[in-house]
Amino acid sequence: MSGHVEAISKEQLWGGGRSPFGISYGKMMMWYFLVSDALTFGGLLTAYGVIRHGSSDAWPVGEQVFESLPGLHGSYPLIYVALMTFILIISSVTMVLAVEAGHRMDQRGVIKWMGYTVLGGLFFLSSQAWEWSHFIHGSGGGFQISAPISVNATDDHGAPITMNLKGGTWVHMTSDLGHAYEHALDHGDKIDVHNGKLIITSAHDEHGHDHSHADAHATGDAHAGHEAHAEVAPQVFDLDLVLNKYTLEHVNGKDLRKIHVTGAEAQKLMDNMSANSIVFGANMQKNEYAIQQQYANFFFFITGFHGFHVLQGVIINLIVFLMAYRGVFERRGHYEMVEKVGLFWHFVDLVWVFVFTFYYLV
Amino acid sequence: MLERDDLIVNDKYSTDARHSEEEGKVIRKKLYMVTVILTVITIVEIFMGVYFKRNATFTWEAIKLTFILLTLVKAAYIVLIFMHLGEERKNLKYVILLPYALFILYLIFIGIYEGLSVQELNNTFR
Repeated sequence: MSGHVEAISKEQLWGGGRSPFGISYGKMMMWYFLVSDALTFGGLLTAYGVIRHGSSDAWPVGEQVFESLPGLHGSYPLIYVALMTFILIISSVTMVLAVEAGHRMDQRGVIKWMGYTVLGGLFFLSSQAWEWSHFIHGSGGGFQISAPISVNATDDHGAPITMNLKGGTWVHMTSDLGHAYEHALDHGDKIDVHNGKLIITSAHDEHGHDHSHADAHATGDAHAGHEAHAEVAPQVFDLDLVLNKYTLEHVNGKDLRKIHVTGAEAQKLMDNMSANSIVFGANMQKNEYAIQQQYANFFFFITGFHGFHVLQGVIINLIVFLMAYRGVFERRGHYEMVEKVGLFWHFVDLVWVFVFTFYYLV
Repeated sequence: MLERDDLIVNDKYSTDARHSEEEGKVIRKKLYMVTVILTVITIVEIFMGVYFKRNATFTWEAIKLTFILLTLVKAAYIVLIFMHLGEERKNLKYVILLPYALFILYLIFIGIYEGLSVQELNNTFR
């Protein structure tokens, strides 16, 4: 806009009694706050860059870790995070439209656009909650092998390959297998690996009662006769393991990602499992996506800190929405408050643009 | 009415900034234009992220650089148009952008330098 053609001398401008920057105190302080906050995020992303750059092991590939959609099976790389990014950009647009409406003293316009902005923020927050939940629960889990081993498998094109794996190589279980394994571990079930199959014998009967405690609560139990049918048929799963699930390895120019290992070859890997190396999903100590625990830690910290900003933004936007609705700004004579919270909201969008690039794309 | 602490006349973003219906139309048109640009850039980024495979070649380095450049373009549109820093006084622009650029360039330099050194140590002693 061409609002700056003022005939003001430097002496007048800097002579006191007016804002030399041409903005109000509140906006100036909002800008200063945003600069300091941007330095915090810049520091976080740089720290992430240092760790990633310094890592001698392969770093997980974003489009392989984040490829799920809520309620759907299959691979949709980056689609959900793209939707989140789009929602945040659109809510930034509705915010700037609210600011524009404020400049026309259009109360209805401000209310409408602020409302949409709040909704966009809530949508983003719920999406992030789902993504965190999915990241924490993981998809199948993985383990490390203890000794070097050589396994036969087929690549993407069905050609047989032999892979010589180092000790400590990360092996992933496919979703169903991994979830069954995790469930069995959690319930203290018996886990056997035979003839290329995973056999889980339940330590509980079909009513979910634990045999070891059966005597203790047999009295007063409505299903007192449950010992009679305590023998539950063991569950059997085909072994289906995946190598290089979240990373890429190039051998002889071939893209060796997601190499499936099944049957007896998979059993060799299961028997070679390094004790206590099995991980399901992610927590602050270890994660199934990468050998580097920092991968999950940075995910939690950076997206969490950003999500915290979004939450604050939604709360502040809601307050301003209510103030606009009650006509506070109309009585005050200007809508500058919408502009100030707008600056914060755009900043949240700005940070996400960088997080998106450096955590998901590069 | 709050006391004004900003006495510059003709400044659209001062506390008593007003614009007319016609001016509003022009501004909105510009905002929609920026929305389209940001959306298109995001779609291009997603497409590149899904389509191109990572490997240690010159191509992937170039793609990474493209990602970073596209991100900076997006950031510039958000800061200059949405946060309308582009329309503020020149002195405010510099007060915000220069110190930040100085710090962040230093951080990035140190980050890459230290990262390389850590990697070298890892490769040597592991």
